[in-house]
Amino acid sequence: MKRFVLRRLGYAVLTLILLSLTIFLFVRVTGDPTVLLVEPGASRADIEALRQDLGLDRSLVVQYVGFVKDVIRGDFGRSFYYRTPVLELYLSRLPNSLLLAAAAMAFSLLIGIPSGIIAAVRVNGWWDSAGKIFALLGLSMPSFWVGLLLILFFSVYLGWLPSSGSGTVWHVLMPAFALGWYFAAAHMRLTRSSMLEVLGSEYVKLARLKGLPEALVISKHAFKNALIPVMTLAGINLVLMVNVAIVVETVFAWPGIGRLIYEGISFRDFPVVQATVLMNGSMVVIVSLMVDILYAVVDPRIRYER
Amino acid sequence: MTDAPLLELDKLSTHFVTARGTRVVKAVDEVSLSLRAGETLGVVGESGSGKTTLALSIMRLLPTAARIVGGGLRFAGEDLLAKSPSEMRHIRGKRIAMILQDPMASLNPLFTVGDQVAEPVRVHEHTGRRSARDRARSLLKAVKIPAPEQRLREYPHQMSGGMRQRIVGAIAMACEPRVLIADEPTTSLDVTIQAQYLKLLRDLQREHGLALIFITHNLGIVARMCDSVAVMYAGRVIEAGPVRTIFNAPVHPYTQALIESIPRLGGGPSRLTAIDGQPPDLASLPAGCSFQPRCPRALDRCREEAPGITTVAPGHTARCWLAAK
Amino acid sequence: MSVSTAAPSRAVGLPLASRLAAFRTEGFPTFPILILLVLVFTAVFAEFIAPHNPEVGSLSQRFKPPAWIAGGSSTYLLGTDHIGRDVLSRLIFGARVSMIVGFTAVIFAGVLGTALGILSGYFGGWVDQVIMRITDTWLALPALTFAIFLAAIVGPSEWNIVIILGAVYWTRYARVIRGEVLSIKERDFVRLAIVAGCSKMTIMRRHVLPNVLNSAIVLATLMLGVVIVTEAALSFLGVGVPPPKPAWGLMLADGKKGLMAGYWWLTVFPGVCIVLMVLSANLLGDWLRVKLDPQLRQL
Repeated sequence: MKRFVLRRLGYAVLTLILLSLTIFLFVRVTGDPTVLLVEPGASRADIEALRQDLGLDRSLVVQYVGFVKDVIRGDFGRSFYYRTPVLELYLSRLPNSLLLAAAAMAFSLLIGIPSGIIAAVRVNGWWDSAGKIFALLGLSMPSFWVGLLLILFFSVYLGWLPSSGSGTVWHVLMPAFALGWYFAAAHMRLTRSSMLEVLGSEYVKLARLKGLPEALVISKHAFKNALIPVMTLAGINLVLMVNVAIVVETVFAWPGIGRLIYEGISFRDFPVVQATVLMNGSMVVIVSLMVDILYAVVDPRIRYER
Repeated sequence: MTDAPLLELDKLSTHFVTARGTRVVKAVDEVSLSLRAGETLGVVGESGSGKTTLALSIMRLLPTAARIVGGGLRFAGEDLLAKSPSEMRHIRGKRIAMILQDPMASLNPLFTVGDQVAEPVRVHEHTGRRSARDRARSLLKAVKIPAPEQRLREYPHQMSGGMRQRIVGAIAMACEPRVLIADEPTTSLDVTIQAQYLKLLRDLQREHGLALIFITHNLGIVARMCDSVAVMYAGRVIEAGPVRTIFNAPVHPYTQALIESIPRLGGGPSRLTAIDGQPPDLASLPAGCSFQPRCPRALDRCREEAPGITTVAPGHTARCWLAAK
Repeated sequence: MSVSTAAPSRAVGLPLASRLAAFRTEGFPTFPILILLVLVFTAVFAEFIAPHNPEVGSLSQRFKPPAWIAGGSSTYLLGTDHIGRDVLSRLIFGARVSMIVGFTAVIFAGVLGTALGILSGYFGGWVDQVIMRITDTWLALPALTFAIFLAAIVGPSEWNIVIILGAVYWTRYARVIRGEVLSIKERDFVRLAIVAGCSKMTIMRRHVLPNVLNSAIVLATLMLGVVIVTEAALSFLGVGVPPPKPAWGLMLADGKKGLMAGYWWLTVFPGVCIVLMVLSANLLGDWLRVKLDPQLRQL
C-alpha cells in the first residue's frame, strides 16, 4: 500500500512538472512571450520592464525555476482586465464552476446509472436498444449545441427558464443538463458494461443458486459491485466537467472558470489564460491521484496486489 | 430411506440456441439418471462435455441462450420442469443446493462472510438477523472453521482458498438441502486441503442423509467418494453404473481409456490426458456416435448411426454398439 | 424461459459464449457510410452545389427564415444569417472545412501516435519510459482546455487547428498501439525476422506496422468524431477557424446572435450537420472495431 501510494505520488509530481514545463515552453517557443503577456497598448518602457521581470535574457532553465517558484508561491500575475491577482480571480470563480459540475454530475448519475442497470438486466431487449440510441446521441451531440437548443426551447419558445447568468436554481438547470448530457451517456455505457460483467460473475450465480429473489440479486449483490468503476469514473469526470464546461459556461454566461478562460482569450488577458489552464490541469492530475488512492483504500484487492 | 429415487432425470435435454435459431448446440442430450437419498453419484467427463450445464439444468438456472428442450426432471416426486420461476426459487438453495467450482470468485467481495452465509437462511426461513447469525456461526463450526465468531465479521479476501471453499460449503448446507450438487469443488485447492474437504463433504452427507452429485474430471476422487458414476461425453451419458462395476468392467471404449489413464502408482491427482484426438466441437458433432472419430474400436455402424442405451447388467448402462452386440 | 438473465460463459464449460457472439454478425453500417459519402461529396463539389457565395451576404437579406416558413424565399432554402449570407451554402462549404480539419488532424495525430507507440513498444527500456511518461502526462491534461490554450497562443487558423488537434490527441493512439506492439513483439514471425537478421527498422516497418494498422484505423474513425466536436468548440469560442470562413462551429457562434430573437435555423442546422457527421463516424468506428479488432472492444 505504502509503495503503491508513493509510486503513484511520484507519477503525479512528474506529471505536474511536465504540465508546467509544457505550458512554460509553449508560451516561449511559439514567439515572444512579452507580446502575449504585455497589456495591449503598453508603452515601450512597460515592455522593457516586463522583459526584465520575466528574465528573458537569462537561460530557459533559470526562467523555468523562476516560473515554478512564482507558481508555488501562488503568484500567477495580475489580470490585465480585472486588475486583480489571477489567483484571487480564479478562486472567486471556482465555487460557481464546482456548483455547475456537481449539478451536472448529479443529473448524469441520476440518468446514467438506472438506465445502465435496466439496459444490462434486459440485455438485448427493448430498453437496451433505447439505451444504446441514447448513448450514441449523447456521445455525438456537442454539449454547447445541446445548450443552445435548450435556450431556444425553454427560454425563447416557452419562456420558462433564464437563458443566462446565475443566482437561482432556475439558472443552474439548463447548463447542468447541457453539461451532464454527454456524461450521462458515458455513465450509462459504463454502468451497463460493468453490470453485465458482474451479472456474469460466479458470486452472482451463487446468489441465484441460494434462491434469492432476482430483485435482491441485482440490488444487493450485483449493483454494489458494478458501482465501483462507475464511481471512479464519476470522480474523474467531475474535474473534467470543470474543464469541458468552458463552452457551456460561455453559452449560458455562467460565471465560472470556463467563462474566465473565455474572457481571458477574448480580452487578450494572457496571465488569466495561462494560470487557469495550469490550475485546471493540476486539478485533474491531483484528483485522479486521489481517486487512485481512494480506490486502493476501498477495494482491498488492489491494496494487496501491490 | 425409501426406495423411490429422490432426484430423477429422464432423457433430459438442454440445448443452446443462437439468437437466430440457426445453430443448435446439444450441451445436454437425453440424459437419464437417478439418485436416492444418502447416495453419491459421480459425473465425470472432459471439460465441455456438458457436466456443468447438466448441473445448472437441474437447478433450472441456465444462461439465457440455453433451454431445457425435452425430457423429465423430478425431485421428491415433484415435476421440477412444471414449477414457476418463483416456486423454483424456493427450492433452489433450500432443498437443492449447489457448490460452484471457484471459491475465489463465488463469494461476493463486498459483503462479510457472515452476511453471505446467513443469507439463504434469512431468505428461505425468514428468520431475524440475530438468529440467522447464530445459524451462520454453527454452520461455520460444522464446516470446521476455527474461530467462527471472528470469521463471520471478515471479508472473503481475508481468507485462504480452502477456507473460502468451506464457506461456500456452509452456504450450500445452510438450509439443510436434500440434494447437493458439487461442481468440481476441489480443482483449485491443493492436495491436502482437497482431501480434508472431501472428507468434510462425506461427513456432512452422512449426517444429513444428503444425496450428493459430484461433478469432476478426477476419477480418483470418484473411486473414493461415489456409489455410482455417470460418464459424460459430448453432452451424453455414455456409460453409467455402480462405481465398482464401471471401474472393473467398463464397456465403452471411452470409459476404458479414462480408467487406463489413471496413474496406478503413487495415486496423485489423475487427469484425463491420455486419449488421442481433440474433444468434440459440440456445435458440429460427427455423424453417428460422437466418440467415433477418436474411438480405437469404431465399427462402420458407429459412423452411421448413434447408439442407443443398452443395459449391460442391472444398473449398468452404456451407449455403444460394442455393448449392444 | 430460463430464470437467469445473464449469460455467464464459464458456466457452460465450453467456449460457447464466444462462439455464439461470433454468429451474430453486426449489420453493415449503411446509414453512417451513406452520410459520410454525402458529406465528402458536398465537401469536394461545394462550388458546384452551393447556390450562393458562402462568405458574402447582402445586408438587405438579413435573418431570412427557411423557405417553407412565412417570410422565407426559395432563393435561400435554409434562410440567411445576421449579415445576410445563405445558410445552406455556408453549411455546404462548412462540410469542406470540417472534412479537411477532421481528416488531416486525425491522420496527423494517427501518424505521430502510431510511430511513437511502435517505437515505445518495440524498443522498450528507457525509450518506452520516456515516451510513455510524456504520453501519460498529455493524457492527464484536459484535452479541450489544452487545445484552447494552444489555440490562444498561436492564433486562429485552419492549419493551426490541425496541428493543435494532432498535438493534443496523438496520445490516444500511442497508448493503444504500444500495447499491441508489446504482444506482436512476442509473436513467432517477429522472432523469426530477428533471427533472420532483419534490421530493427525493417522489422518495425514490414512486420509490426501492418499488424497495428487495423487498430490505428479503428481508433482514427473513433477519433474523427472527437476531433470534429473539438474543432467546432474551438471555432465557437473564436479560437478555431477564423471568420468569415464557413465552419459549422463558427456558424453556431454567429447563430447565437439571433438566438434570443428566435432565429432558430441559425442554431439548428449547423448543429444537425455536426451531429450527423459525428454520429456517422462513431457508428462506423463501432462497427469497424467489432469487425477489425476484437481486442479493442473494451475501449
